[in-house]
Amino acid sequence: MSAPAGIPGARGTEGGEHPDRRAGGPAAPPTPRALARRRRNEALRRFAREYARNRAGLFGLAALLVIGALALAAPLLVDRAELTVTGAPGAAYQPPSAEYPLGTDNFGRSILDLVIWGSRVSLTVGFLATGVSVVLGTLVGMTAGHFSASGGTAGRIMSSVLMRVTDWFLVLPTLVLAVALAAVLPRGTGTIVLAIGLTVWPATARLVRAQTLAVEARPYVERARALGGGHAHVMAWHVLPNVMPVVLAQTTLLVATSIIAESTLAFLGVGDPTQISWGGILEAARNAGAISSGIWWYMVPPGLAIAVVALSFTLCGRALESVINPRLREQR
Amino acid sequence: MTSLLDVRELRVTYRTGGGDVPAVRGVDLALDPGDTLGLAGESGSGKSTVALALLRLLPATADITGAVLLEGEDVLGMRWGRLRAVRWAGASIVFQGAMHSLNPVRRIGDQIAEPMTVHGTVPAKDVPVRVEALLEQVGLPPSRARDYPHQLSGGQRQRVMIAMALACGPRLIVADEATTALDVMIQAQILALLRRLVAEHDIGMLMISHDLSVLAATCDRVAIMYAGRIVEQGPAREVVHEPAHPYAGALSAAFPRIGDPASRLAPRGLPGDPPDPADPPTGCVFRPRCAVAEDVCSTVDPPLWPVDPDERGNSVRQAACVHVGHARPSAGPGDGPASVPPPATAPTEERRP
Amino acid sequence: MSTTETDSHETPPVSGRGTAPLLSARRVEVAFTAGFAPGGGRGTARAVDGVDLDVAAGEIVALVGESGCGKTTLARVLLGLERPTGGEVAFEGSPLRYGSRDMRRYRRRVQLVQQDPTGSLNPRRTVYESVVEGLRVHKGTLADEAERVADALAKAGLRPPERFLPRYPHELSGGQRQRVVIAGALVLEPEVLVADEPVASLDASVRGEILRLLLDLRADLGLSALVATHDLGLAWNIADRVAVMYLGRVVESGTVEEVLSAPAHPYTRALLSVLPEAKEEPVVLSGEPPDPKRVPTGCRFHPRCPVLASGEAERAGVADRCRTVDPAILGGGAERQVACHWAAADEEGRVGRG
Repeated sequence: MSAPAGIPGARGTEGGEHPDRRAGGPAAPPTPRALARRRRNEALRRFAREYARNRAGLFGLAALLVIGALALAAPLLVDRAELTVTGAPGAAYQPPSAEYPLGTDNFGRSILDLVIWGSRVSLTVGFLATGVSVVLGTLVGMTAGHFSASGGTAGRIMSSVLMRVTDWFLVLPTLVLAVALAAVLPRGTGTIVLAIGLTVWPATARLVRAQTLAVEARPYVERARALGGGHAHVMAWHVLPNVMPVVLAQTTLLVATSIIAESTLAFLGVGDPTQISWGGILEAARNAGAISSGIWWYMVPPGLAIAVVALSFTLCGRALESVINPRLREQR
Repeated sequence: MTSLLDVRELRVTYRTGGGDVPAVRGVDLALDPGDTLGLAGESGSGKSTVALALLRLLPATADITGAVLLEGEDVLGMRWGRLRAVRWAGASIVFQGAMHSLNPVRRIGDQIAEPMTVHGTVPAKDVPVRVEALLEQVGLPPSRARDYPHQLSGGQRQRVMIAMALACGPRLIVADEATTALDVMIQAQILALLRRLVAEHDIGMLMISHDLSVLAATCDRVAIMYAGRIVEQGPAREVVHEPAHPYAGALSAAFPRIGDPASRLAPRGLPGDPPDPADPPTGCVFRPRCAVAEDVCSTVDPPLWPVDPDERGNSVRQAACVHVGHARPSAGPGDGPASVPPPATAPTEERRP
Repeated sequence: MSTTETDSHETPPVSGRGTAPLLSARRVEVAFTAGFAPGGGRGTARAVDGVDLDVAAGEIVALVGESGCGKTTLARVLLGLERPTGGEVAFEGSPLRYGSRDMRRYRRRVQLVQQDPTGSLNPRRTVYESVVEGLRVHKGTLADEAERVADALAKAGLRPPERFLPRYPHELSGGQRQRVVIAGALVLEPEVLVADEPVASLDASVRGEILRLLLDLRADLGLSALVATHDLGLAWNIADRVAVMYLGRVVESGTVEEVLSAPAHPYTRALLSVLPEAKEEPVVLSGEPPDPKRVPTGCRFHPRCPVLASGEAERAGVADRCRTVDPAILGGGAERQVACHWAAADEEGRVGRG
């Protein structure tokens, strides 16, 4: 029916692993690989069409594109100097006006500029932390899954040790661990990324392990082993392409989690004080007593920004899942 | 007298995103009480669709036309309440996957009892007795009623499925690949059981299988389907041993007779693939794979013609091939097929004791 | 163990191609612990319980038995996917070593064809990728890789190969998928195919085509094959020799004509008699195949044996031995052999001596 191979995640592994070393010169018209590539592009287009049917997913994607563009263009839109306490252009606590659409903070800085600039840190940390947790989670999950299915006694022991570690991380209260890590390690964006990445990965590991076990039970994995393929081959050639779609959807959902975690850490004051981030703005507002004095324009914009970004990523992730999952079911 | 099951011009078309796909393209079947009819064909030939259409178990995307008369009553036109009653008391289906058709967390006795309690065909106090009787009928000790499905072997689960099918005393049993996944020994046991039940209870059985040799050994009559249509039907032994249609011949040769020197180290199959149901070839649908196809086959889509007919033009056997006997149209595609009487119910009438 | 081993291999190959076995199982035993059979608790299941079986070069051997008799386990052992808990597998006369380098070399020469071609192919890989997989594993990316793949596909009967290369498994019919699986094995130019129910999930008309392919490959490439199956008709169609397995042991072996036309073991007789086309009265064995966790004493078939039950074994004076003496393990060679006290006593001249 529909092509299960059409998921973007399956695309990357092939070309990168086996660089095209076919004898040079003008080869016969379409090489199998070129044909396969064309097939993949078709499948990708089909995937895009199916995604486009999900309106919430489209909305999320559009919102993310706008926010991403703003974050990238921030140096053009915002004068960095005006974001320092000393270079603040306006008076303190000005309500929204034509000049400052979202008002000013306690130093007279434009809240709109702060929120735009803050998106850079929030998104960066969100993506990097997600990257750390996805790489870690996928590695641990795939290793644990693969070796518990086909690793012999030593492999099974290693796998169960890995999963116990995962479980241990899973039951640790994420925030407490992140706060502790952020407090112990030197302050900086890298620390925040690490602290969030280290606490979010267990869920990914669990998910990947379950999917790995499902793939390992397929006869084609047995066939690969009978062909002489080792652990690396089975994992890279068979397990990874089948795990990637699930990971992709999970990643998108994790970005939302990571951005919220970053904001929370910054709000709690364990963030990087030299950087402007949404959580940081909220913390500053709280410290300045914005809540009790009714200066809503200091609190609402960064809060809304967090909510919109997290929601957009979640919508995208759900849309991806809904496109991918029926296909995963079909393979059975 | 009306026969137990009378299927006339049954057509099933699946509506899909890519257009309409005809799965069954005009099938006539007839079955009397105590009679067994085998329906053979490859996957995709429409044989399972026929089985599901008999009880209207097809998905909503399927368009069904024609008539399915169960003891004279049209199943396709029934109201829901009546249909539900018919599905158990009138006719029931035994599927292939006994493992998946049983609820793993309920005792098998309760599962056998379920249709009886749901339909109220048996007074509540008699249900346990009836369950025991059913288990005994299918050759399982009554104590097994307290077991869960996973405690039974594959053959035993298939027996439970048969017991469930018998629970409300149906007049017709449809066995859809009921023995396919089983070992030869267990298959022989189940086939013997089905034969005995048909004889004892005077019920009709429609047996669907891809294995022609199983049908030949179990059924009185066999119909062979290809691409949504019956291409040959008649007494089982004749169809299997002297097939008239080339496809029936290929299917029959696919299962070798052990000891037959002709098939020793000479497996026979059929090259090519079944036609795309959405885009069937012109003329005879079997033509692209047929070893004896001629020019005429690309223009004539032959209906079922009598094989070796008597002087009145009737025969117990029909085949849809231009090569069959006298019916071969020499003048043109128009006259031959039209002159043949509709054969659907003829064979059973003649065979009646 | 070593003495019995030499015993069984002293007999020179009698019939067939007159060569030493290419692949052989020698007293192979596989025992599983923990839950194995449905509904069973813990215990040791003797899935394969001492089997000798040879496959000579260019020979097709059918390993016939019901599900749970251990034929799949034995096939996995012969492929090196499972390590025997006793005995050994020998290839070209030398015992199989399980080091990763030895194993890789071995796996180029002995290839697997599975039952379900749909499951044997990764749905996310094209035909080209599925066939090239073995080459990449063993040789990396070769310059003439595409030619080799096309060649293997053509040998497996997918012509013209170019048409199939970019397709995904779900776009192929069942028979085509099985041909892709076979092409994936052929691309490594193996000497032996081990096939586990290679046609059981295929349509009747396709079945014959795939079987003919196996025969053609034997004729063209000299490929040997061990085919594990429940289908006696398959053995009649393609095999030179047949070994009938019951509860982890080979109970009868010989050429296909000998075993299937004149079965000597009561189990083989029963199997043949229940075939729909059989001429004689079917001997339907009661009950299910027995539990490999509780192998009966004496002859493992005696609780279900119709010969013993009918008193015929008593008349032949072997009933006690049936109940108490386990018949000797059959050799793996080509000669006619039966593991049955009654058959040995009853037909001394004809059966068991070759």
